[in-house]
Amino acid sequence: MNLSKTWSTLWRMGLLALALVVGLGLGQQALAQADPDREIATAVPTIDADAWRQIRSGETGPNYRDSRFDSNYNLINASGESWRQLRNRWVSPFGLIAVGGMLGLIVLFYLIVGSKKLDEPRTGRKLLRWSLVVRSLHWTVATLFILLALTGLNLSYGKAVFRPLFGDGFWAAMMSGTKLIHNYLGPIFGVLLVILLLRLLHHNWRKKHDLVWFKKAGGLIGKGHVDAGFANGGEKVWFWLLATAGILVIASGFVLDFPNYGQSRDTMQWANIIHAIGALGLTAVALGHIYIGTIGTEGSIEGMATGYVDETWAKEHHNLWYEEVKDQAIPEADLTAQLGAAHGGDEPAPRSG
Amino acid sequence: MATMKFMCDAERCIECNGCVTACKNANEVEWGVQRRRVVTIDDGEPTEVSISVACMHCDDAPCIAVCPTETLYQRDDGIVLHDKDLCIGCGYCLYACPFGAPQFPKQNAFGERGKMDKCTFCAGGPAETKEEEYQKYGANRIAEGKLPLCAEMCSTKALLAGDAQEVADIFRQRVVQRGHKDGGWSGNPRADADSLAYDATQQG
Repeated sequence: MNLSKTWSTLWRMGLLALALVVGLGLGQQALAQADPDREIATAVPTIDADAWRQIRSGETGPNYRDSRFDSNYNLINASGESWRQLRNRWVSPFGLIAVGGMLGLIVLFYLIVGSKKLDEPRTGRKLLRWSLVVRSLHWTVATLFILLALTGLNLSYGKAVFRPLFGDGFWAAMMSGTKLIHNYLGPIFGVLLVILLLRLLHHNWRKKHDLVWFKKAGGLIGKGHVDAGFANGGEKVWFWLLATAGILVIASGFVLDFPNYGQSRDTMQWANIIHAIGALGLTAVALGHIYIGTIGTEGSIEGMATGYVDETWAKEHHNLWYEEVKDQAIPEADLTAQLGAAHGGDEPAPRSG
Repeated sequence: MATMKFMCDAERCIECNGCVTACKNANEVEWGVQRRRVVTIDDGEPTEVSISVACMHCDDAPCIAVCPTETLYQRDDGIVLHDKDLCIGCGYCLYACPFGAPQFPKQNAFGERGKMDKCTFCAGGPAETKEEEYQKYGANRIAEGKLPLCAEMCSTKALLAGDAQEVADIFRQRVVQRGHKDGGWSGNPRADADSLAYDATQQG
Protein backbone atom coordinates (compact mmCIF):
# COMPACT_ATOMS: atom_id res chain seq x y z
CA MET A 1 0.00 0.00 0.00
CA ASN A 2 2.71 2.43 1.04
CA LEU A 3 4.74 1.60 -1.99
CA SER A 4 1.86 2.33 -4.35
CA LYS A 5 1.17 5.63 -2.55
CA THR A 6 4.79 6.67 -3.01
CA TRP A 7 4.61 5.71 -6.70
CA SER A 8 1.49 7.75 -7.27
CA THR A 9 3.09 10.77 -5.57
CA LEU A 10 6.09 10.37 -7.81
CA TRP A 11 3.82 10.13 -10.87
CA ARG A 12 2.01 13.30 -9.82
CA MET A 13 5.30 15.16 -9.38
CA GLY A 14 6.52 13.86 -12.69
CA LEU A 15 3.38 14.99 -14.49
CA LEU A 16 3.65 18.40 -12.88
CA ALA A 17 7.24 18.73 -14.00
CA LEU A 18 6.25 17.69 -17.51
CA ALA A 19 3.41 20.17 -17.55
CA LEU A 20 5.79 22.89 -16.44
CA VAL A 21 8.32 22.07 -19.13
CA VAL A 22 5.68 21.85 -21.84
CA GLY A 23 4.00 24.98 -20.60
CA LEU A 24 7.26 26.90 -20.65
CA GLY A 25 8.02 25.63 -24.11
CA LEU A 26 4.60 26.56 -25.48
CA GLY A 27 4.85 29.91 -23.79
CA GLN A 28 8.08 30.59 -25.55
CA GLN A 29 6.56 29.54 -28.85
CA ALA A 30 3.67 31.88 -28.22
CA LEU A 31 6.17 34.62 -27.56
CA ALA A 32 7.93 33.81 -30.78
CA GLN A 33 4.65 34.06 -32.70
CA ALA A 34 3.91 37.41 -31.22
CA ASP A 35 7.26 38.67 -32.47
CA PRO A 36 7.21 38.80 -36.28
CA ASP A 37 10.94 39.09 -36.77
CA ARG A 38 11.61 36.02 -34.66
CA GLU A 39 9.00 34.05 -36.54
CA ILE A 40 10.66 34.90 -39.84
CA ALA A 41 13.97 33.78 -38.40
CA THR A 42 12.62 30.43 -37.21
CA ALA A 43 9.86 29.64 -39.71
CA VAL A 44 10.35 26.94 -42.29
CA PRO A 45 10.53 28.72 -45.62
CA THR A 46 7.41 27.94 -47.61
CA ILE A 47 7.80 28.72 -51.22
CA ASP A 48 10.83 30.63 -52.41
CA ALA A 49 12.02 32.11 -55.67
CA ASP A 50 13.45 28.77 -56.76
CA ALA A 51 10.13 27.07 -56.27
CA TRP A 52 8.46 29.78 -58.33
CA ARG A 53 10.98 29.30 -61.11
CA GLN A 54 10.23 25.60 -61.07
CA ILE A 55 6.49 26.24 -61.21
CA ARG A 56 6.94 28.64 -64.12
CA SER A 57 9.09 26.18 -66.04
CA GLY A 58 6.29 23.65 -65.86
CA GLU A 59 8.38 21.04 -64.04
CA THR A 60 6.38 19.28 -61.42
CA GLY A 61 9.00 17.37 -59.44
CA PRO A 62 8.64 13.93 -57.85
CA ASN A 63 6.66 15.20 -54.87
CA TYR A 64 4.13 17.22 -56.82
CA ARG A 65 0.52 16.19 -56.19
CA ASP A 66 -2.67 17.21 -57.94
CA SER A 67 -5.92 16.08 -56.37
CA ARG A 68 -7.65 15.91 -59.74
CA PHE A 69 -8.08 12.47 -61.21
CA ASP A 70 -5.64 11.62 -64.01
CA SER A 71 -4.30 15.16 -64.07
CA ASN A 72 -1.03 15.87 -65.82
CA TYR A 73 -1.20 19.61 -65.28
CA ASN A 74 1.39 21.68 -63.51
CA LEU A 75 0.35 24.47 -61.16
CA ILE A 76 0.66 27.30 -63.67
CA ASN A 77 0.48 26.83 -67.42
CA ALA A 78 2.90 29.62 -68.38
CA SER A 79 3.10 28.49 -72.03
CA GLY A 80 -0.63 29.16 -72.37
CA GLU A 81 0.00 32.90 -72.44
CA SER A 82 2.75 32.51 -75.07
CA TRP A 83 0.36 30.46 -77.18
CA ARG A 84 -2.36 33.07 -76.80
CA GLN A 85 -0.03 35.92 -77.81
CA LEU A 86 1.37 33.98 -80.77
CA ARG A 87 -2.09 33.05 -81.98
CA ASN A 88 -3.97 36.28 -81.36
CA ARG A 89 -1.25 38.82 -82.12
CA TRP A 90 0.69 37.16 -84.92
CA VAL A 91 -0.96 34.18 -86.56
CA SER A 92 -4.54 35.50 -86.76
CA PRO A 93 -3.83 39.02 -88.08
CA PHE A 94 -1.03 38.00 -90.44
CA GLY A 95 -3.01 35.01 -91.68
CA LEU A 96 -5.85 37.35 -92.58
CA ILE A 97 -3.39 39.69 -94.30
CA ALA A 98 -1.90 36.76 -96.26
CA VAL A 99 -5.23 35.37 -97.46
CA GLY A 100 -6.88 38.75 -98.02
CA GLY A 101 -3.74 40.20 -99.62
CA MET A 102 -3.49 37.28 -102.02
CA LEU A 103 -7.14 37.66 -102.98
CA GLY A 104 -6.57 41.38 -103.61
CA LEU A 105 -3.44 40.75 -105.67
CA ILE A 106 -5.23 38.21 -107.85
CA VAL A 107 -8.13 40.57 -108.49
CA LEU A 108 -5.68 43.36 -109.37
CA PHE A 109 -3.66 41.05 -111.63
CA TYR A 110 -6.82 39.92 -113.40
CA LEU A 111 -8.05 43.49 -113.88
CA ILE A 112 -4.70 44.88 -115.06
CA VAL A 113 -3.00 42.00 -116.89
CA GLY A 114 -6.01 39.81 -117.55
CA SER A 115 -6.08 36.11 -118.25
CA LYS A 116 -3.49 34.36 -120.42
CA LYS A 117 -5.02 33.43 -123.76
CA LEU A 118 -3.52 30.92 -126.18
CA ASP A 119 -1.23 32.67 -128.69
CA GLU A 120 -1.96 30.29 -131.56
CA PRO A 121 -5.35 28.92 -132.63
CA ARG A 122 -6.26 25.48 -131.30
CA THR A 123 -5.33 22.53 -133.51
CA GLY A 124 -8.32 20.50 -132.39
CA ARG A 125 -6.05 17.58 -131.55
CA LYS A 126 -5.99 16.50 -127.94
CA LEU A 127 -3.37 15.08 -125.58
CA LEU A 128 -4.13 13.07 -122.47
CA ARG A 129 -2.76 14.98 -119.47
CA TRP A 130 -4.55 13.72 -116.35
CA SER A 131 -5.80 10.16 -115.88
CA LEU A 132 -9.19 9.48 -114.34
CA VAL A 133 -7.56 8.38 -111.08
CA VAL A 134 -5.58 11.61 -110.75
CA ARG A 135 -8.61 13.70 -111.68
CA SER A 136 -10.84 11.97 -109.12
CA LEU A 137 -8.20 12.35 -106.45
CA HIS A 138 -7.58 15.97 -107.40
CA TRP A 139 -11.21 17.00 -107.25
CA THR A 140 -11.88 15.11 -104.02
CA VAL A 141 -8.84 16.67 -102.38
CA ALA A 142 -9.76 20.08 -103.83
CA THR A 143 -13.34 19.90 -102.51
CA LEU A 144 -12.12 18.80 -99.10
CA PHE A 145 -9.47 21.54 -99.11
CA ILE A 146 -12.05 24.22 -99.81
CA LEU A 147 -14.38 22.88 -97.10
CA LEU A 148 -11.51 22.68 -94.60
CA ALA A 149 -10.26 26.16 -95.53
CA LEU A 150 -13.72 27.70 -95.13
CA THR A 151 -14.41 25.95 -91.82
CA GLY A 152 -10.89 26.75 -90.61
CA LEU A 153 -11.31 30.41 -91.47
CA ASN A 154 -14.65 30.38 -89.69
CA LEU A 155 -13.02 28.89 -86.57
CA SER A 156 -10.44 31.68 -86.63
CA TYR A 157 -12.38 34.72 -87.76
CA GLY A 158 -16.07 33.74 -87.85
CA LYS A 159 -16.92 35.22 -84.47
CA ALA A 160 -16.27 38.72 -85.76
CA VAL A 161 -18.68 38.27 -88.68
CA PHE A 162 -21.42 35.70 -88.23
CA ARG A 163 -22.43 36.05 -84.60
CA PRO A 164 -23.37 39.74 -84.92
CA LEU A 165 -24.88 39.01 -88.34
CA PHE A 166 -27.13 36.02 -87.58
CA GLY A 167 -27.55 35.88 -83.80
CA ASP A 168 -26.82 33.18 -81.24
CA GLY A 169 -29.16 30.42 -82.42
CA PHE A 170 -27.75 30.26 -85.91
CA TRP A 171 -24.23 30.91 -84.69
CA ALA A 172 -24.28 27.94 -82.29
CA ALA A 173 -25.47 25.51 -84.98
CA MET A 174 -23.07 26.95 -87.53
CA MET A 175 -20.07 26.53 -85.25
CA SER A 176 -20.95 22.96 -84.20
CA GLY A 177 -21.28 22.07 -87.88
CA THR A 178 -18.03 23.83 -88.69
CA LYS A 179 -16.14 21.88 -86.07
CA LEU A 180 -17.71 18.56 -87.09
CA ILE A 181 -16.85 19.10 -90.77
CA HIS A 182 -13.32 20.21 -89.96
CA ASN A 183 -12.57 17.35 -87.54
CA TYR A 184 -14.11 14.51 -89.54
CA LEU A 185 -13.13 15.52 -93.09
CA GLY A 186 -9.61 16.56 -92.08
CA PRO A 187 -8.22 13.03 -91.73
CA ILE A 188 -9.80 11.98 -95.07
CA PHE A 189 -8.16 14.96 -96.74
CA GLY A 190 -4.84 14.07 -95.14
CA VAL A 191 -4.81 10.50 -96.40
CA LEU A 192 -6.01 11.40 -99.91
CA LEU A 193 -3.51 14.25 -100.27
CA VAL A 194 -0.64 11.92 -99.41
CA ILE A 195 -1.83 9.43 -102.05
CA LEU A 196 -2.16 12.22 -104.65
CA LEU A 197 1.31 13.55 -103.83
CA LEU A 198 2.85 10.08 -104.19
CA ARG A 199 1.04 9.62 -107.50
CA LEU A 200 2.41 12.93 -108.87
CA LEU A 201 5.87 12.74 -107.35
CA HIS A 202 7.61 11.52 -110.52
CA HIS A 203 6.56 14.67 -112.43
CA ASN A 204 7.96 17.02 -109.85
CA TRP A 205 11.67 16.34 -109.54
CA ARG A 206 13.87 19.39 -110.05
CA LYS A 207 15.12 20.02 -113.62
CA LYS A 208 17.67 22.51 -114.96
CA HIS A 209 15.14 24.41 -117.04
CA ASP A 210 13.11 25.14 -113.90
CA LEU A 211 15.74 27.70 -112.88
CA VAL A 212 15.21 29.62 -116.10
CA TRP A 213 11.47 29.33 -115.53
CA PHE A 214 11.86 31.03 -112.13
CA LYS A 215 14.23 33.72 -113.49
CA LYS A 216 11.63 34.66 -116.06
CA ALA A 217 8.81 34.26 -113.51
CA GLY A 218 7.15 31.66 -115.67
CA GLY A 219 7.14 33.91 -118.73
CA LEU A 220 5.87 37.08 -117.08
CA ILE A 221 9.31 38.68 -117.55
CA GLY A 222 10.60 38.85 -121.12
CA LYS A 223 8.96 37.67 -124.28
CA GLY A 224 7.78 34.28 -125.36
CA HIS A 225 7.14 31.06 -123.44
CA VAL A 226 9.58 29.41 -121.08
CA ASP A 227 10.72 25.80 -121.29
CA ALA A 228 8.69 23.42 -119.16
CA GLY A 229 8.23 19.68 -118.95
CA PHE A 230 5.05 17.94 -117.76
CA ALA A 231 5.10 20.20 -114.70
CA ASN A 232 6.45 23.74 -114.87
CA GLY A 233 8.40 25.49 -112.10
CA GLY A 234 5.29 26.97 -110.53
CA GLU A 235 3.49 23.66 -110.42
CA LYS A 236 6.54 22.09 -108.82
CA VAL A 237 6.59 24.79 -106.12
CA TRP A 238 2.92 24.12 -105.37
CA PHE A 239 3.64 20.38 -105.27
CA TRP A 240 6.56 20.77 -102.86
CA LEU A 241 4.67 23.28 -100.71
CA LEU A 242 1.96 20.66 -100.29
CA ALA A 243 4.56 17.95 -99.74
CA THR A 244 6.21 19.93 -96.93
CA ALA A 245 3.87 22.50 -95.37
CA GLY A 246 0.88 20.36 -96.32
CA ILE A 247 2.30 17.34 -94.54
CA LEU A 248 3.05 19.50 -91.47
CA VAL A 249 -0.55 20.75 -91.49
CA ILE A 250 -1.85 17.19 -91.77
CA ALA A 251 0.46 15.88 -89.02
CA SER A 252 -0.37 18.73 -86.63
CA GLY A 253 -4.03 18.30 -87.51
CA PHE A 254 -3.91 14.67 -86.41
CA VAL A 255 -2.27 15.75 -83.12
CA LEU A 256 -5.12 18.19 -82.51
CA ASP A 257 -7.88 15.91 -83.75
CA PHE A 258 -7.05 12.91 -81.57
CA PRO A 259 -6.69 14.08 -77.96
CA ASN A 260 -7.48 10.51 -76.90
CA TYR A 261 -3.80 9.61 -77.19
CA GLY A 262 -3.09 11.80 -74.17
CA GLN A 263 -0.71 14.28 -75.79
CA SER A 264 0.01 17.19 -73.48
CA ARG A 265 -1.44 20.67 -73.54
CA ASP A 266 1.94 22.06 -74.63
CA THR A 267 2.15 19.67 -77.58
CA MET A 268 -1.31 20.73 -78.72
CA GLN A 269 -0.40 24.42 -78.38
CA TRP A 270 2.51 23.94 -80.78
CA ALA A 271 0.47 21.75 -83.09
CA ASN A 272 -2.15 24.48 -83.23
CA ILE A 273 0.36 27.18 -84.15
CA ILE A 274 1.98 25.02 -86.87
CA HIS A 275 -1.44 24.00 -88.16
CA ALA A 276 -2.68 27.60 -88.35
CA ILE A 277 0.43 29.07 -90.00
CA GLY A 278 0.66 26.21 -92.51
CA ALA A 279 -3.02 26.14 -93.35
CA LEU A 280 -3.39 29.93 -93.73
CA GLY A 281 -0.27 30.03 -95.93
CA LEU A 282 -1.52 27.16 -98.08
CA THR A 283 -4.95 28.77 -98.36
CA ALA A 284 -3.31 31.95 -99.67
CA VAL A 285 -1.23 30.04 -102.23
CA ALA A 286 -4.21 27.84 -103.15
CA LEU A 287 -6.05 30.98 -104.27
CA GLY A 288 -3.25 31.51 -106.78
CA HIS A 289 -3.43 27.86 -107.87
CA ILE A 290 -7.20 28.14 -108.36
CA TYR A 291 -6.84 31.37 -110.35
CA ILE A 292 -4.14 30.03 -112.69
CA GLY A 293 -6.00 26.76 -113.13
CA THR A 294 -9.32 28.35 -114.02
CA ILE A 295 -9.83 31.87 -115.41
CA GLY A 296 -6.13 32.76 -115.30
CA THR A 297 -5.00 30.55 -118.17
CA GLU A 298 -7.07 29.60 -121.17
CA GLY A 299 -7.31 25.84 -121.59
CA SER A 300 -5.88 24.74 -118.25
CA ILE A 301 -9.17 23.70 -116.66
CA GLU A 302 -9.88 21.38 -119.63
CA GLY A 303 -7.00 19.14 -118.59
CA MET A 304 -8.34 18.58 -115.07
CA ALA A 305 -11.98 18.49 -116.20
CA THR A 306 -11.81 16.14 -119.21
CA GLY A 307 -8.30 14.76 -118.84
CA TYR A 308 -7.30 16.07 -122.29
CA VAL A 309 -5.63 19.34 -123.33
CA ASP A 310 -5.31 20.95 -126.76
CA GLU A 311 -2.03 20.55 -128.64
CA THR A 312 -1.58 24.32 -128.78
CA TRP A 313 -1.93 24.59 -125.01
CA ALA A 314 0.63 21.82 -124.50
CA LYS A 315 3.05 23.41 -126.97
CA GLU A 316 2.83 26.82 -125.34
CA HIS A 317 2.83 25.89 -121.66
CA HIS A 318 4.68 22.55 -121.52
CA ASN A 319 6.80 22.46 -124.68
CA LEU A 320 9.23 19.78 -123.49
CA TRP A 321 6.37 17.48 -122.49
CA TYR A 322 4.68 18.22 -125.84
CA GLU A 323 7.81 17.07 -127.70
CA GLU A 324 7.64 13.76 -125.81
CA VAL A 325 3.99 12.98 -126.42
CA LYS A 326 3.05 14.85 -129.62
CA ASP A 327 2.69 11.63 -131.62
CA GLN A 328 -0.07 10.52 -129.23
CA ALA A 329 -2.41 13.39 -130.10
CA ILE A 330 -5.96 12.37 -130.92
CA PRO A 331 -8.38 14.39 -133.09
CA GLU A 332 -11.23 15.78 -131.05
CA ALA A 333 -13.84 13.90 -133.08
CA ASP A 334 -12.17 10.55 -132.36
CA LEU A 335 -12.03 11.42 -128.72
CA THR A 336 -15.73 12.19 -128.57
CA ALA A 337 -16.50 8.91 -130.32
CA GLN A 338 -14.19 7.05 -127.96
CA LEU A 339 -15.77 8.59 -124.90
CA GLY A 340 -19.22 7.83 -126.32
CA ALA A 341 -18.29 4.18 -126.86
CA ALA A 342 -16.79 3.84 -123.41
CA HIS A 343 -19.74 5.58 -121.80
CA GLY A 344 -20.13 4.34 -118.25
CA GLY A 345 -17.05 2.15 -118.58
CA ASP A 346 -13.35 2.71 -118.14
CA GLU A 347 -11.57 5.28 -120.21
CA PRO A 348 -8.71 4.34 -122.57
CA ALA A 349 -5.51 3.24 -120.92
CA PRO A 350 -3.92 6.35 -119.45
CA ARG A 351 -0.67 7.28 -121.09
CA SER A 352 0.07 10.09 -118.78
CA GLY A 353 -0.74 11.59 -115.41
CA MET B 1 -19.11 47.56 -58.71
CA ALA B 2 -17.32 44.94 -56.74
CA THR B 3 -14.85 42.68 -58.49
CA MET B 4 -15.11 39.09 -57.37
CA LYS B 5 -11.92 37.17 -56.69
CA PHE B 6 -10.66 33.95 -55.18
CA MET B 7 -7.56 33.96 -53.03
CA CYS B 8 -5.91 30.93 -51.51
CA ASP B 9 -3.64 31.52 -48.54
CA ALA B 10 -1.08 28.76 -49.03
CA GLU B 11 0.15 29.13 -45.45
CA ARG B 12 -3.24 27.99 -44.25
CA CYS B 13 -4.18 25.34 -46.77
CA ILE B 14 -4.01 21.89 -45.19
CA GLU B 15 -4.85 19.92 -48.33
CA CYS B 16 -8.09 18.56 -46.87
CA ASN B 17 -9.83 18.78 -50.25
CA GLY B 18 -12.96 20.09 -48.55
CA CYS B 19 -13.26 22.76 -51.23
CA VAL B 20 -13.10 20.12 -53.98
CA THR B 21 -15.86 18.11 -52.35
CA ALA B 22 -18.00 21.13 -51.52
CA CYS B 23 -17.81 22.30 -55.14
CA LYS B 24 -18.64 18.91 -56.57
CA ASN B 25 -21.63 18.64 -54.26
CA ALA B 26 -22.96 22.18 -54.59
CA ASN B 27 -22.86 22.13 -58.37
CA GLU B 28 -23.58 18.46 -59.11
CA VAL B 29 -20.64 18.58 -61.51
CA GLU B 30 -20.75 15.86 -64.11
CA TRP B 31 -18.72 12.69 -63.88
CA GLY B 32 -15.05 13.11 -64.76
CA VAL B 33 -14.99 16.85 -64.16
CA GLN B 34 -13.56 18.39 -60.99
CA ARG B 35 -13.82 22.18 -61.06
CA ARG B 36 -11.44 22.70 -58.19
CA ARG B 37 -8.19 20.91 -57.48
CA VAL B 38 -5.65 21.03 -54.67
CA VAL B 39 -2.01 21.12 -55.72
CA THR B 40 0.72 20.15 -53.27
CA ILE B 41 4.33 21.00 -53.98
CA ASP B 42 7.15 19.11 -52.26
CA ASP B 43 4.73 16.67 -50.67
CA GLY B 44 6.28 15.14 -47.55
CA GLU B 45 9.26 17.49 -47.47
CA PRO B 46 9.82 20.33 -44.99
CA THR B 47 8.97 22.83 -47.72
CA GLU B 48 5.61 21.21 -48.49
CA VAL B 49 2.95 23.71 -49.43
CA SER B 50 -0.57 23.29 -50.79
CA ILE B 51 -2.87 25.54 -52.73
CA SER B 52 -6.41 25.18 -53.96
CA VAL B 53 -6.87 26.11 -57.62
CA ALA B 54 -9.88 26.65 -59.85
CA CYS B 55 -10.86 29.31 -62.35
CA MET B 56 -9.36 32.53 -61.01
CA HIS B 57 -11.79 34.75 -62.97
CA CYS B 58 -8.93 36.69 -64.58
CA ASP B 59 -9.30 40.36 -65.47
CA ASP B 60 -7.79 39.80 -68.91
CA ALA B 61 -8.94 36.22 -69.30
CA PRO B 62 -6.97 34.23 -71.91
CA CYS B 63 -9.88 31.79 -72.38
CA ILE B 64 -12.18 34.62 -73.51
CA ALA B 65 -9.49 35.92 -75.86
CA VAL B 66 -8.95 32.61 -77.68
CA CYS B 67 -12.47 31.10 -77.73
CA PRO B 68 -13.59 30.81 -81.38
CA THR B 69 -17.30 30.81 -80.50
CA GLU B 70 -17.45 33.46 -77.76
CA THR B 71 -18.64 30.82 -75.32
CA LEU B 72 -16.77 32.55 -72.51
CA TYR B 73 -17.61 36.02 -71.26
CA GLN B 74 -17.03 38.19 -68.23
CA ARG B 75 -19.74 39.73 -66.09
CA ASP B 76 -19.46 43.25 -64.77
CA ASP B 77 -18.46 41.86 -61.38
CA GLY B 78 -15.49 40.07 -62.93
CA ILE B 79 -16.95 36.55 -62.88
CA VAL B 80 -16.05 34.60 -66.03
CA LEU B 81 -18.95 32.43 -67.20
CA HIS B 82 -19.49 30.06 -70.12
CA ASP B 83 -22.46 29.45 -72.39
CA LYS B 84 -22.73 25.71 -72.97
CA ASP B 85 -25.04 26.20 -75.96
CA LEU B 86 -22.17 27.83 -77.86
CA CYS B 87 -19.30 25.56 -76.83
CA ILE B 88 -17.99 23.25 -79.56
CA GLY B 89 -15.32 21.56 -77.43
CA CYS B 90 -12.28 22.73 -79.40
CA GLY B 91 -10.11 22.88 -76.28
CA TYR B 92 -8.53 26.29 -76.97
CA CYS B 93 -9.54 27.64 -73.53
CA LEU B 94 -7.71 24.70 -72.00
CA TYR B 95 -4.55 25.47 -73.99
CA ALA B 96 -4.61 29.10 -72.88
CA CYS B 97 -5.76 28.92 -69.25
CA PRO B 98 -2.93 29.47 -66.73
CA PHE B 99 -4.70 27.39 -64.08
CA GLY B 100 -5.99 24.34 -65.94
CA ALA B 101 -9.54 25.40 -65.11
CA PRO B 102 -11.50 24.47 -68.24
CA GLN B 103 -12.26 20.77 -68.45
CA PHE B 104 -14.08 18.48 -70.82
CA PRO B 105 -16.17 15.45 -69.91
CA LYS B 106 -14.69 13.40 -72.77
CA GLN B 107 -11.45 13.16 -74.67
CA ASN B 108 -12.29 11.08 -77.71
CA ALA B 109 -11.11 10.76 -81.30
CA PHE B 110 -11.98 13.53 -83.78
CA GLY B 111 -11.76 16.09 -80.98
CA GLU B 112 -14.98 14.87 -79.37
CA ARG B 113 -14.58 16.49 -75.98
CA GLY B 114 -18.16 17.38 -75.14
CA LYS B 115 -18.99 20.78 -73.67
CA MET B 116 -16.44 22.61 -71.58
CA ASP B 117 -17.12 22.94 -67.87
CA LYS B 118 -15.39 25.14 -65.35
CA CYS B 119 -15.86 26.96 -62.06
CA THR B 120 -18.61 29.59 -62.26
CA PHE B 121 -17.82 31.27 -58.92
CA CYS B 122 -21.13 29.60 -58.00
CA ALA B 123 -22.86 32.08 -60.30
CA GLY B 124 -24.56 29.59 -62.65
CA GLY B 125 -24.73 30.59 -66.28
CA PRO B 126 -27.04 31.59 -69.13
CA ALA B 127 -30.28 29.56 -69.16
CA GLU B 128 -34.01 30.03 -69.60
CA THR B 129 -35.09 28.58 -66.26
CA LYS B 130 -33.54 28.01 -62.85
CA GLU B 131 -33.78 24.25 -63.33
CA GLU B 132 -31.97 24.41 -66.65
CA GLU B 133 -29.32 26.65 -65.12
CA TYR B 134 -28.72 24.23 -62.26
CA GLN B 135 -28.60 21.26 -64.58
CA LYS B 136 -26.07 22.90 -66.93
CA TYR B 137 -23.90 24.98 -64.64
CA GLY B 138 -24.73 24.07 -61.06
CA ALA B 139 -25.71 26.39 -58.24
CA ASN B 140 -26.21 30.12 -58.56
CA ARG B 141 -25.35 31.08 -55.02
CA ILE B 142 -24.31 34.58 -56.02
CA ALA B 143 -27.91 35.31 -57.07
CA GLU B 144 -28.97 34.21 -53.57
CA GLY B 145 -26.45 36.58 -51.99
CA LYS B 146 -24.09 33.77 -50.99
CA LEU B 147 -20.43 33.24 -51.75
CA PRO B 148 -18.96 30.17 -53.50
CA LEU B 149 -19.38 27.08 -51.36
CA CYS B 150 -15.71 26.04 -51.60
CA ALA B 151 -14.60 29.19 -49.78
CA GLU B 152 -17.55 29.17 -47.41
CA MET B 153 -16.70 25.65 -46.31
CA CYS B 154 -12.92 26.00 -46.10
CA SER B 155 -12.08 24.73 -42.61
CA THR B 156 -8.96 26.85 -42.16
CA LYS B 157 -10.28 29.81 -44.12
CA ALA B 158 -7.32 29.44 -46.46
CA LEU B 159 -9.59 29.87 -49.45
CA LEU B 160 -11.20 33.28 -49.54
CA ALA B 161 -13.80 34.46 -52.06
CA GLY B 162 -15.60 37.73 -52.52
CA ASP B 163 -15.02 41.36 -53.33
CA ALA B 164 -11.33 41.68 -54.22
CA GLN B 165 -10.92 44.64 -51.89
CA GLU B 166 -12.31 42.79 -48.87
CA VAL B 167 -10.31 39.66 -49.65
CA ALA B 168 -7.19 41.82 -49.97
CA ASP B 169 -7.91 43.48 -46.64
CA ILE B 170 -8.30 40.15 -44.86
CA PHE B 171 -5.11 38.81 -46.37
CA ARG B 172 -3.20 42.00 -45.62
CA GLN B 173 -4.27 41.79 -42.00
CA ARG B 174 -3.06 38.21 -41.83
CA VAL B 175 0.27 39.17 -43.32
CA VAL B 176 0.72 41.92 -40.79
CA GLN B 177 -0.17 39.54 -37.97
CA ARG B 178 2.13 36.90 -39.33
CA GLY B 179 4.93 39.32 -39.90
CA HIS B 180 5.77 38.18 -43.36
CA LYS B 181 6.74 41.23 -45.30
CA ASP B 182 6.00 39.62 -48.62
CA GLY B 183 2.63 38.09 -48.09
CA GLY B 184 3.92 34.72 -47.05
CA TRP B 185 4.49 33.73 -50.63
CA SER B 186 8.18 34.03 -51.40
CA GLY B 187 11.32 36.00 -50.91
CA ASN B 188 10.39 38.21 -53.81
CA PRO B 189 10.68 41.84 -52.69
CA ARG B 190 8.24 42.97 -55.38
CA ALA B 191 5.41 40.75 -54.22
CA ASP B 192 4.46 43.01 -51.34
CA ALA B 193 1.31 42.77 -49.33
CA ASP B 194 -0.43 45.37 -51.47
CA SER B 195 -0.09 43.26 -54.53
CA LEU B 196 -2.40 40.27 -54.36
CA ALA B 197 -2.27 39.79 -58.08
CA TYR B 198 1.03 37.99 -57.92
CA ASP B 199 2.31 37.76 -61.49
CA ALA B 200 4.50 34.70 -61.86
CA THR B 201 5.48 35.62 -65.41
CA GLN B 202 7.07 38.87 -64.22
CA GLN B 203 9.25 37.16 -61.66
CA GLY B 204 12.94 37.12 -62.41
